[in-house]
Amino acid sequence: MAASESMVPPPVAGGDAAREELEQIEVDLLLEAVFRRYGFDFREYAPASLKRRLWRRMSAEGLKTISQLQDRLLHDPPAMERLLLDLSINVTSMFRDPSFYVAFREQVVPALHTYPFTRIWCAGCSTGEEVYSLAILLQEEDLYERTRIYATDINEQVLDTARAGVFPLDKMKQYTQNYIRAGGKREFSEYYVAAYDGARFSRSLTENVVFAQHNLASDRAFNEFNVILCRNVMIYFDKTLQNRVHKLFHESLDTFGILALGHKESVLFTAFADSYEPIDAAERIYRKTK
Amino acid sequence: MIGTSWGGLDALSRLLGGLHDDVHQPIVVAQHRSAESEELVLGQLLQHHTRRVVGDPDDKTPLERDHVYIGPPDYHLLIEDGHLALSTDAPVQFARPSIDVLFESAADAYRERAVGIVLTGANSDGAQGLARIKDKGGVAIVQDPATSERRTMPDAAIAATVADAVLKLDEIPAFLYGLCYEVAA
Repeated sequence: MAASESMVPPPVAGGDAAREELEQIEVDLLLEAVFRRYGFDFREYAPASLKRRLWRRMSAEGLKTISQLQDRLLHDPPAMERLLLDLSINVTSMFRDPSFYVAFREQVVPALHTYPFTRIWCAGCSTGEEVYSLAILLQEEDLYERTRIYATDINEQVLDTARAGVFPLDKMKQYTQNYIRAGGKREFSEYYVAAYDGARFSRSLTENVVFAQHNLASDRAFNEFNVILCRNVMIYFDKTLQNRVHKLFHESLDTFGILALGHKESVLFTAFADSYEPIDAAERIYRKTK
Repeated sequence: MIGTSWGGLDALSRLLGGLHDDVHQPIVVAQHRSAESEELVLGQLLQHHTRRVVGDPDDKTPLERDHVYIGPPDYHLLIEDGHLALSTDAPVQFARPSIDVLFESAADAYRERAVGIVLTGANSDGAQGLARIKDKGGVAIVQDPATSERRTMPDAAIAATVADAVLKLDEIPAFLYGLCYEVAA
């Protein structure tokens, strides 16, 4: 074993320091500039996806280098707004991972029925697909009237989209299939009306939703919650930031509060692995135990 | 890093089955499949062909020796320093996982130590990513198009960069073995 280890060292990133990544230097400087100029801190975002998103913005702006992009961001605030959209829109769909919603109905809803009132935080709600999915589920389970959903995101512009509740009509076929597989109890089409090329969702779904700007990377706890949903948001954060956000969630959850993550996210690789027990391990639904 | 699409299961089985146990490097696979596909089945099928641990990675899963990681359906799979990362960004060339996304991130994180392999497939995903691996000093391997179940993907990769080797499936394991022990020497 020892011999083979010395012959085949595990891969190490980086390598030749002399070639140390011009582009990495540019990226670091850009993130520093954005933070100092606009206060948005992306320095602890997961680097691989962050770089892809920066490249995409760079080429959409018709620029050739990340340094040029930095120059534009500093001198042209609308360009910063465009980048902020790129960095904060987390692409999702209504009832993404239908099995998650089935598990939520079966494992979480019964507990919520025992509470007089439930506060739920959808953290990093982006354009709101998950908020509307959850509201539909809660309506069907007769819980909505005594629930308040706090839906937060770093970006006001995506929150406006979420508030409007209009989603592309051409997605409705897929969303309907998801809804059925998620254990939906009615006809999905009862929840929206077609308007131009959009599906406008019922206002009743947002009556008990508070949309608010909140930055997971820098803002503090603002309430106590029975349930926190944060699905496929922290995959864009590096481990340091993930741990900080987990601390925030841990502080914000009631005793026996429920934390729901994305299918491929785990508390295992975080500092809070011992603070939760799984309610449904496969669906990544956890209960706070200490 | 291996990217494949149409015909990929058979090709992957043969490649992993033929690979020498002394090749310890982590292997990361992006295989095109539908968002609804049963995510565990592919891994289980491949596990029959290899003694490596075929893993079903989460976000930030550390890269370990003697492991094979398969990108989950409906996520992009990326590589960072020492671990895997996921994203739900929009599909690239209609694919999620996208081979380009995987390869480009690997090229960035591991530079000359990244090895990209493009196998059979029916579109051109992977070509750009393989070119980036090559640009950063890594190794580019392409399955011989004439012997691929679908040749579109290998053809596109060969057109996009100067591959270090264009090989029949059964020749790839020996080439990888050679690479590992050249690196060591």
